[in-house]
Amino acid sequence: MVQFAWLIPLLPLLGFIIVGVLNKRLNVAMSGGIASAAVLFSFIISAIIFGEVAREGSIPERVVLYDWISSGNLSISFSFLIDRLSVIMLMVVTGVGTLIHLYSIGYMSHEQDHPRFFSYLNLFIFFMLLLVLGSNYIVMFVGWEGVGLCSYLLIGFWFKNIDYSNAAKKAFIMNRIGDLGLLLGVFLIYMTFGSVNFNEVFISAANLPQNNAAVTAICLLLFVGAMGKSAQIPLYTWLPDAMAGPTPVSALIHAATMVTAGIYMIVRSNVLYALSPDASSIVAFVGITTAFFAATIGLKQNDIKKVLAYSTVSQLGYMFVALGVGAYQTALFHVITHAFFKALLFLGAGSVIHAMSGEQDVRRMGALKKVLPITHLTFLIGTLAIVGLPPFAGFFSKDEILAKVWMYSPIMFVILAITSVLTAVYMFRLYWLTFYGEFRGSEHQKNHLHESPVTMTLPLIVLAVLSSVGGFIGMPELFHAPHFLNEFLSPVIFKSSHEEASHTFEILLMSVSVILLAIIMYATYSYYVTKKVKPEEDSEELDSFAKLLTNKYYVDEIYAAIITKPLDKLAAFVYKYIDQGLIDKTVNNTGTALNGISGQLRKLQNGNIGAYIFAMVIGIITILVLTMII
Amino acid sequence: MNPSLPFFVLASLSVFSALMVVLSRKPVHSVLYLIFCFFTIGGHYLLLNAQFLFAVHIIVYAGAIMVLFLFTLMFINMNKELEPHKTNLIKVAATVAAGCLLIVMVGVTKGAESLAANSTRTDVGTVANLGKALYGQYLLPFELISILLLAAMVGAVLLGKKSVE
Amino acid sequence: MNSILQYIPLNYYVALAAIIFAIGVMGVLFRRNAIIIFMCIELMLNAVNMLLTAFSTFHGDESGQVMVFFIMAVAAAEVAVGLAILVMIYNNIRTVDVDELNKLQG
Repeated sequence: MVQFAWLIPLLPLLGFIIVGVLNKRLNVAMSGGIASAAVLFSFIISAIIFGEVAREGSIPERVVLYDWISSGNLSISFSFLIDRLSVIMLMVVTGVGTLIHLYSIGYMSHEQDHPRFFSYLNLFIFFMLLLVLGSNYIVMFVGWEGVGLCSYLLIGFWFKNIDYSNAAKKAFIMNRIGDLGLLLGVFLIYMTFGSVNFNEVFISAANLPQNNAAVTAICLLLFVGAMGKSAQIPLYTWLPDAMAGPTPVSALIHAATMVTAGIYMIVRSNVLYALSPDASSIVAFVGITTAFFAATIGLKQNDIKKVLAYSTVSQLGYMFVALGVGAYQTALFHVITHAFFKALLFLGAGSVIHAMSGEQDVRRMGALKKVLPITHLTFLIGTLAIVGLPPFAGFFSKDEILAKVWMYSPIMFVILAITSVLTAVYMFRLYWLTFYGEFRGSEHQKNHLHESPVTMTLPLIVLAVLSSVGGFIGMPELFHAPHFLNEFLSPVIFKSSHEEASHTFEILLMSVSVILLAIIMYATYSYYVTKKVKPEEDSEELDSFAKLLTNKYYVDEIYAAIITKPLDKLAAFVYKYIDQGLIDKTVNNTGTALNGISGQLRKLQNGNIGAYIFAMVIGIITILVLTMII
Repeated sequence: MNPSLPFFVLASLSVFSALMVVLSRKPVHSVLYLIFCFFTIGGHYLLLNAQFLFAVHIIVYAGAIMVLFLFTLMFINMNKELEPHKTNLIKVAATVAAGCLLIVMVGVTKGAESLAANSTRTDVGTVANLGKALYGQYLLPFELISILLLAAMVGAVLLGKKSVE
Repeated sequence: MNSILQYIPLNYYVALAAIIFAIGVMGVLFRRNAIIIFMCIELMLNAVNMLLTAFSTFHGDESGQVMVFFIMAVAAAEVAVGLAILVMIYNNIRTVDVDELNKLQG
């Protein structure tokens, strides 16, 4: 069955072509149905392959489709690598992908242009599968660029709104900056190891000494790519803006799959990162900064999707911290659980937005608990999962990250713990404001409130179940249950920190976090529900710190001032003096000169046959003279 | 009698009549001089032992082509109005150019006197030999020429016909 | 029967052909009447024909004379079509003066 792995990406590609070509001839059920079926079948094949790979003693297999680039010493095949890492990602991508496709049928039912949406979504799944399946950095890079493209297309899905198109462009350009780093990293890999195949690179890398300069450079360049794709400081600002896209897109691309590509890539390259503690500590530092920074911004956002976006950035920061401290399995564990609960939260938010006729501001919501019972319940589960309440999924992965960080550096542990508290605060704030208190929206919205159709609630329920039980694949040692994920991944993670925190610490951590969560839950409840404090309107004066947070530390404005504006000026200068002044003038003057010369030359064409014959005779004489001379 | 005398007589007549073709004021005189020129050239063919070619030349040129010229002149009735001549400058330039061409051509073909006659055959120009060459080695071009003539005939008829509105 | 080439050198014929050809060129440059120009072209063709015949006899090879046939055929075709065109031009614009036929001016 492994040999049929090429079917997995092929099916979504076919779906893309079919839906894209038939386009307006399909109604929403058909276009959504075809697209969902394509991903569903991919999921089924993935599951079968997963079953085979999960067997004891299975070896990684390469499925070579054809020789792609062959030039001199460079030989790149278009091939897939089926090992335990890629099958896990396959399951996550196709599984969550199927649910979100299904959800989209309901969500996009009022949208005229739904075939375009579904074809893009399928194309995205295709590229994402290429990314995780590729057996060398080049195929991965193709997928990497492809998901960037689809992200751009889907963020700008409602391209008639200029802000949305700008958000799409921003995402695309920021990703390009990261992609350049990744590309340079791949070049450096080829220079250093003479190959871009994962296996060969890792085998030759294993012989290198620690902190080799080339390996450090490779790791840092690859990390620049990961920064762009996975929205880390300083390239994170595109992700909150990417919420301009339809909510299923936010759930699929900007929470569950694409943004975790950077983590996947680093886990894949774990051999290289294990060789370079310097690069790893930079990864950890950037990760923890991002996690904390994004969480503080999340405290003051009023757009339900923006809060979730900053929370995504923050959670991605967690994963990078885990990567930085060498806990690759843990990072992947958090990728999986995060895919479940963040997709759930986004889809829940989408359900709320759907019910509120497109309203995204939490200040206009409230008291939705009764009208949206399923959404409310699943959203609650998602919230509990992300804040890390046992036994929900987020608890296990987050707890594991905290424990690993504790072993690495207690200072980082403290920062990360504070970040967890902040996460809980802004998530509960969001939850209470949305589902409790009084309804603060307009009369029209109130009359329109309704629970979402079954295609939307079904994925919510499935994801809620997964968010509840998904954590059990990686139980801490404390419970004496096997850590399935670590065992499963052991063949692909070459070197990992196996230090375990002491049981006392684990118990302490768990109990403290449960108590803290309970306190936060109560505090936020009393603040937002009992006292009915609601967030300030935009017009209200804020104290300076709140203002700083509301305006996201003015990072966008700083980028605009130090990068965009000078570039604009430079572009204006180049346009005026180099393009118009130099190039255009050169071209125009060439044209004018030729025009003048032609005007003179055309006088030779005087229509007088005698003159022509005369010229001909002179020509013949010249030729004969030349014959004589030569 | 000097055996080369006929050549010089015919050659001087050829050059004279050719010059008169160019210099005559009236087109009809030009045509008549041209006919005379063709006859002298025919004489050269005889001197060169090309009797068949002589016959064809007289029939085609003096007989057919020149009649065509005369006929056209008559048709256009060009004779009565004297054609305006070019300016003297152009005439001088034309003469100089033609003279240059002549000098250059003679210069280019200077080596011809060193060629040795490699054949003493005298029967090259007979009907029998030419017939063999035309219907043997040159059969295909010969037949193609007939198509060319047919096409020319159709073209001439089409052009000469008054267009029917 | 002996040919004249046994008494005179070949390059006399070359010179004669060149002279007649040059006269033809001069006429083409000289005259404005299209019919005369045509005649001058015939003159040039005949100069070439004569030279071909001279060489053919000189080398004892009939190919040169066959070529003369072909040239005559082409000349006949050319004259037929060319004169037809001239008649047509005359019918249309009442002149065959080449200096008046300058409609191709660029």
